[in-house]
Amino acid sequence: MNSSILIIGATLALAFYLGIRARKGQEMKLEQWAVAERNFGAFIMFVLMAGEMFSTFVFLGASGAAYRMGGPTIYIFCALTYIIPFWILPPIWRYAKKHNLLTQSDFFAKKYQSKSLGLLVAVIGVISMIPYIVLQLKGFQIIVSEASYGMISPTIAVWIGMIAVTIFVYVSGIHGSASAAVLKDILMLVVILFLGIYLPLHYFGGIQPMFETLEATKPGFLLLQDEGLSISWYISLCLIIALGQYMWPHCFGASLSSQNESALRKNAAILPLYQIVLVFILFIGFTAVLQIPNLQGANADLALFKIAKEALPPWFVGVVGAAGLLAALVPCSMLILTAATILSKNIYKAVRPNTSNEQIAKLTRIFVPIVSFVSLFFTFFGGNTMLALLTMAYSFVLQLFPPLVFSLMKKNPVSKAGASAGMVVGVALVAYLTLTEATMATLFPSAPSFIQDLDIGIVAITINAVIMLTVSVFTNKVQVSIQEADRDLEEQKMSS
Amino acid sequence: MKKLVVLLSIIPAIGSLTVINRVEPYILGLPFIVFWAAAWLILTSVCLYISSVIYEREGENE
Repeated sequence: MNSSILIIGATLALAFYLGIRARKGQEMKLEQWAVAERNFGAFIMFVLMAGEMFSTFVFLGASGAAYRMGGPTIYIFCALTYIIPFWILPPIWRYAKKHNLLTQSDFFAKKYQSKSLGLLVAVIGVISMIPYIVLQLKGFQIIVSEASYGMISPTIAVWIGMIAVTIFVYVSGIHGSASAAVLKDILMLVVILFLGIYLPLHYFGGIQPMFETLEATKPGFLLLQDEGLSISWYISLCLIIALGQYMWPHCFGASLSSQNESALRKNAAILPLYQIVLVFILFIGFTAVLQIPNLQGANADLALFKIAKEALPPWFVGVVGAAGLLAALVPCSMLILTAATILSKNIYKAVRPNTSNEQIAKLTRIFVPIVSFVSLFFTFFGGNTMLALLTMAYSFVLQLFPPLVFSLMKKNPVSKAGASAGMVVGVALVAYLTLTEATMATLFPSAPSFIQDLDIGIVAITINAVIMLTVSVFTNKVQVSIQEADRDLEEQKMSS
Repeated sequence: MKKLVVLLSIIPAIGSLTVINRVEPYILGLPFIVFWAAAWLILTSVCLYISSVIYEREGENE
């Protein structure tokens, strides 16, 4: 037991050391702190982007989903999620570099020539990020408590972890996250590949025998169903995830720290290969279904730890816990950094336009501990509100997709009034649908099942887009950005 | 070349959204439904990598 605690503690200490050291005597201006002066090469970009996506979800949620749902869990590694960023990130990066933009909110404000639109995007972003941080922290508590065999108090652990993250984000900014992400990725890869291969081998003599036993014990468990977890459910969910993923302010923001467009494209090309790790997560969840078949409800999320503890010695459970701990803390560090930057640069500055840039830079770092403490507060006292907010958060950020995509067009047909109206209606609709627990089936009781199984996010984003385009027909387009586009064209001709 | 790049995105997009909903045959130890989804991860990676190389070449030509 003590060996696992020792390993978890040592890993946290190492991550903290790497995070602090990442500063390397650089002068921490806001642009260096938040986006590393757009100087990250392909390797670090890869680790950073993968670092955000492989969060506690991989350790708890994904293995839990495999345990509960079976085969339909393949939605978690749908490759479409990486084709979208291949197309949208390079033009976003180019525009952000040209205009010296640091956040998603900056981008919208500049594209639509509207500070209030930027403020709207900033508020949607922060409201979505806080429950996401809370989810990581709740996962962190479960992981530490499981991996230490209940010997470390989850409350004390989450305080220590959060203080460590707060300090290295404060000191090193995005450099700290990137360094800790390298350690996290190595640990996660080792742990998941090992568990995914060893567990089926140990219990069933191989991966195929494991699947054959599963198919014999629970016929149909590996397939999509005719109703419910059906093919239309699968396609709509994959679409929603693919469109929404890079609308998260921290994913959007991290992509701005790239050195060039090519690193972003290469990154989008390599990330699907990395997702193969998630296939191994399925093996772990499926082995657990057969070996410990009685985990009910939320306990299904413990599948990975329960099976690891049954099959492996405590020191290895410690390594699993250490990987899980970093899987929570590294995304947290990116989220806190992004939330703090948005709070000072896009919300505080919007309310008090006279604040100088030096003051904003100072303020951003003051917001780091504030965001951390607010997240800790909601982790302890948030209860069900946080759960409802998290369900909404994914659909909230998705509402930013329509105005973003149109803003990348040479002649954007969307006006700032249209973009705002669409987003406001989309967000309100998501809140209403979530709170009333509506699904496509309750909205359209007589529709055929392939429509009833669609993800509810499809409704909100469609209505958002329709309102956005309709309002835009009746309001003024963003003239400035069109002139700008023409000027860009001329510049391109001049330089070539 | 632009057309090729677009095609290299459309093919994996359609492929990754397609489901072959069957367990048999097992390939590389995986039920077919899982193998199909996993295979598209690799194919998507290959397609996007070729696209990014094409982009870089065109950048050099300008």
